[in-house]
Amino acid sequence: MDTCTKLSKTDPPVDPQINQQVGQQSDRKIDQQLEKLVDRVIDKHKGEASALLQVLLDIQSENSWLPKQALGRVSERLEVPLNRIQHIVTFYKAFSLVPKGRHKVHICVGTACHVRGATRILDTVEEAIGIKPGETDLELKFSLETVNCLGCCALGPVMEVDGKVHGKMSPVKASEVLKIYE
Amino acid sequence: MPRLNTPEELEGFRQELVSKRDPNKPCISICAGAGCIASGAAEVIEAFKAEIESQGLAAKVDTKGTGCPGFCEQGPVVVIYPEEICYLGVTAKDVPEIVSETIKENKIVERLFFKDPVTGVRAVHEYDISFYKAQERTVLCNNIKIDSKSIDDYLALGGYTALAKALSQMTDVEVLEEVKRSNLRGRGGAGFPAGRKWEGSRNADEPIKYVIVNADEGDPGAFMDRALLEGNPHSILEGLILGGYAIASHEGYFYVRQEYPLAVENINLAIKQAESYGLLGENILGSGFDFKVMVHQGAGAFVCGESTALMTSLEGRAGEPRPKYTRSNIKGLWNRPSVLNNVETWANVPHIINRGADWFNTVGTDSSKGTKIFSLVGKITNTGLVEVPMGMTLRDIIYKIGGGIPDGKKFKAVQTGGPSGGCIPEDQLDLQVGFDELTQAGSMMGSGGMIVLDEDTCMVDVARYFIHFLTDESCGKCVPCREGLRQMDRILTNITQGRGKEGDIELLEELSETAVEASLCALGKSAPNPFLSTLRYFREEYEAHIREKRCPALACKALISFYIDPDKCLACGICRKKCPAGAIDGDKKIIHIIDQELCTNCGTCFEVCPAKFGAVTKISGVPVPAPLAQEKRMIIKKAPKESPKKNQGKAGKNE
Amino acid sequence: MSEVQFEIDGKRVKAAKGKTILEAAREEGIYIPSLCYHEKLEPFGGCRLCIVEVEERGWTKMVVSCVYPVAENIKVTTRSEKIDRIRKTIIELLMAHAPEAPELVKLAEEYGADRDRYEQDTSFCIHCGLCVRYCNEVKGKNAIGFVDRGINKEISFIPEIAAVECNDCKECFPLCPTSYLQAAFVLAQALSFPPSKPGTGE
Repeated sequence: MDTCTKLSKTDPPVDPQINQQVGQQSDRKIDQQLEKLVDRVIDKHKGEASALLQVLLDIQSENSWLPKQALGRVSERLEVPLNRIQHIVTFYKAFSLVPKGRHKVHICVGTACHVRGATRILDTVEEAIGIKPGETDLELKFSLETVNCLGCCALGPVMEVDGKVHGKMSPVKASEVLKIYE
Repeated sequence: MPRLNTPEELEGFRQELVSKRDPNKPCISICAGAGCIASGAAEVIEAFKAEIESQGLAAKVDTKGTGCPGFCEQGPVVVIYPEEICYLGVTAKDVPEIVSETIKENKIVERLFFKDPVTGVRAVHEYDISFYKAQERTVLCNNIKIDSKSIDDYLALGGYTALAKALSQMTDVEVLEEVKRSNLRGRGGAGFPAGRKWEGSRNADEPIKYVIVNADEGDPGAFMDRALLEGNPHSILEGLILGGYAIASHEGYFYVRQEYPLAVENINLAIKQAESYGLLGENILGSGFDFKVMVHQGAGAFVCGESTALMTSLEGRAGEPRPKYTRSNIKGLWNRPSVLNNVETWANVPHIINRGADWFNTVGTDSSKGTKIFSLVGKITNTGLVEVPMGMTLRDIIYKIGGGIPDGKKFKAVQTGGPSGGCIPEDQLDLQVGFDELTQAGSMMGSGGMIVLDEDTCMVDVARYFIHFLTDESCGKCVPCREGLRQMDRILTNITQGRGKEGDIELLEELSETAVEASLCALGKSAPNPFLSTLRYFREEYEAHIREKRCPALACKALISFYIDPDKCLACGICRKKCPAGAIDGDKKIIHIIDQELCTNCGTCFEVCPAKFGAVTKISGVPVPAPLAQEKRMIIKKAPKESPKKNQGKAGKNE
Repeated sequence: MSEVQFEIDGKRVKAAKGKTILEAAREEGIYIPSLCYHEKLEPFGGCRLCIVEVEERGWTKMVVSCVYPVAENIKVTTRSEKIDRIRKTIIELLMAHAPEAPELVKLAEEYGADRDRYEQDTSFCIHCGLCVRYCNEVKGKNAIGFVDRGINKEISFIPEIAAVECNDCKECFPLCPTSYLQAAFVLAQALSFPPSKPGTGE
């Protein structure tokens, strides 16, 4: 885990397991599935441009990240220029333009957690997974982000994995928690 | 689900609910807020349900997951009604004992009680707990009593009485006047008089108006709104509908940060329930008033807590604030009159309508009325949500309610108001909590974050932390904020890493003035506050960092060295084993030494050295003493002074 | 169209209602500096250089003149110790990124700004937004936009659109005060424009 390289925010997605020929066919299938998802979400929000953020959030909650193709489709159907969408998906930190790992690790670095040693937890987790915040390991197992307050301040320092909050963390406990995940 | 078409039907339904509930029937309430869930409350709730079922008590005992009462550090929190016996830190393993002892035998399980950190006395009932005693939980009190996913619980406790009263007995103008008379000030940060904001919108010449709940609680360290949103969503919804009625708006929005998924879920559920009961939608309770509510999620941007940025975000754009030359209650969302208020502000409205503005004015100071919920966190013994009347002193909050500083450490400062606020030192602890009082002291009320700092906290690092936080959260549009913060972050980081120079403080002050005067929005204008307040009260720390390369709190990693005091080291070897850098040299009976070249300043040795020895020390600003010569490192059993005849030779085998 | 009467630097002036202080001042020949104002574009209020003091109904406040509307009987001050101090800091902050930009050098001379006051970090873009706003508002092509926020904010071309539109346009190029725009275009062209296919523009 500690020697793998990482996907950063600007790298194009990598899928080494699909070979070229099969890949093109599968890509088209993935493309169609994605487009169906996007259309479904847009229809749910009645195609309103003001619902842009909610549309993107819904697409991402099902697809785990926002491929460029999805953004193009949203731009087309909501009649919103791509540069505005580009600004929005980079302005708001909830969005990811690269594939995410199976497990999303969020370390809270809010004030209460910071004062109780969140930096050490972050250092430990970075060391254990081998990536920095904003990155995903190459096996697509873990994605790491820092978060500015999960609202569990009384339990600081706090680490969240796949939406499950682990409070009163220490460097040792944080390593233990990560080991549970496949 | 019955549709309630008139206030009478609502009242009738409520009476029916109440009559079906036996106040003496035991009820096990387990907090199901995010904090307790993180500590295992879901398993505890399941365990109780299973145990009650298996003991054949399901008909006689209620079990429910409830809203958050705010005592998260001691969770999972369980309160057993009607006695209000309170157990803390309950695990699934404790459940059979609680059921057999307390539920069946009316006996107490003492080890699960709250133990007062000062007196050591155990508190049996919730109301005995020192954390709660001095609080006045007007807004928060119902959280532990209701299942937050049940509208019936809210109704049984008197919910929606205010709405019924307003729609049937008061005109919309009367509702507005009542809120004005109450002197309710916004609980989100600025403390603007809510009634005046509402009036501006009401009088604006535009038929379509909006009311908005700012549930984008972004201040790190603050979680008051989370407890209300998750725990008692109907209380906020009722306030919002009342607000809509008062200003003649028919459309309301909740803007909830997506980092609070449970809150999003519970608010959406509450809205559906209210709609099905006819408390939301068309012709509410037969009054002719229509009102609908939409929920929007945030997407991870602190700046969207600023009201104009929030509205821009609601319009589907990047959350860039707008200049407030035309106030947003006149031209806000879609350029229409919009009343935006914080969650806690809205939650106070039903109380004001039910009990009256005069009642509201009996609590608080001259300029700050009512109660305020604070999140008391950091270096404090009793951590959690605290609701107190405005005017209580900081000293009472921190010591009477908070139980003081743990581990025998000394209080240093309390940080209020989040990244827009400042630090208040010890000599100001008798300050009464209120909007203007806190502002005059160089801080601000903010949304209610109250972070306690002790002697081990470096105040320069506190300023650096907040400025750094804002470099990433600023929208980046205007120069004073974007570039000002960039440079302030750089300079403060340099100072904490020993690269501070004479003139840095003046540079920081210049940048502060520009940001305060010329920034586009409140984020930029208030960004220098943490720096300015720590400079005001802790200037000597800045000067020590810059001139002596010394961190008085012994916290800044780059400015401290770890040193093993040879007079105290007894070569137990723990530090050497735990050191991740292999930087400690020593052996049995050989005084241990840290190799400063290899040391990474992780602090592990400091933490693991047994308290009875306390041999590992932190040094800052002075060179580390030269290591002891090899021959002096052997630990010799000290001979008693009265017998000079004893051989004081080589290291013995005893000890 | 109704008019308002007010004062700028002690001079009594008239302006049409709805104008901003900056517009009104320039019409009167009173020069207030700005880096992000352009007469064809909506006011941006980003550089803050045009900051002035306004006394209105007994209250004095600092506002940016490119956004603030004129009003009856306000008193505007365009130069003062405080205003100059703030403008000087803004210029110095921008010169940390683009120390050679001609407009900044000229302003630095006027306000006594020191280009080395802050540590140099020559990323050049000063975020005036002229390129993005011109393409959006005047050309309607939306070929370039902002990305990210805070200190990480940048301009970024949309490769698919820029590849088709920009070579025949480039009207935004002369607007850039630091010439960063031209460099960004060349880089985008080399690194991210899709390979051109005839007819599809893709």
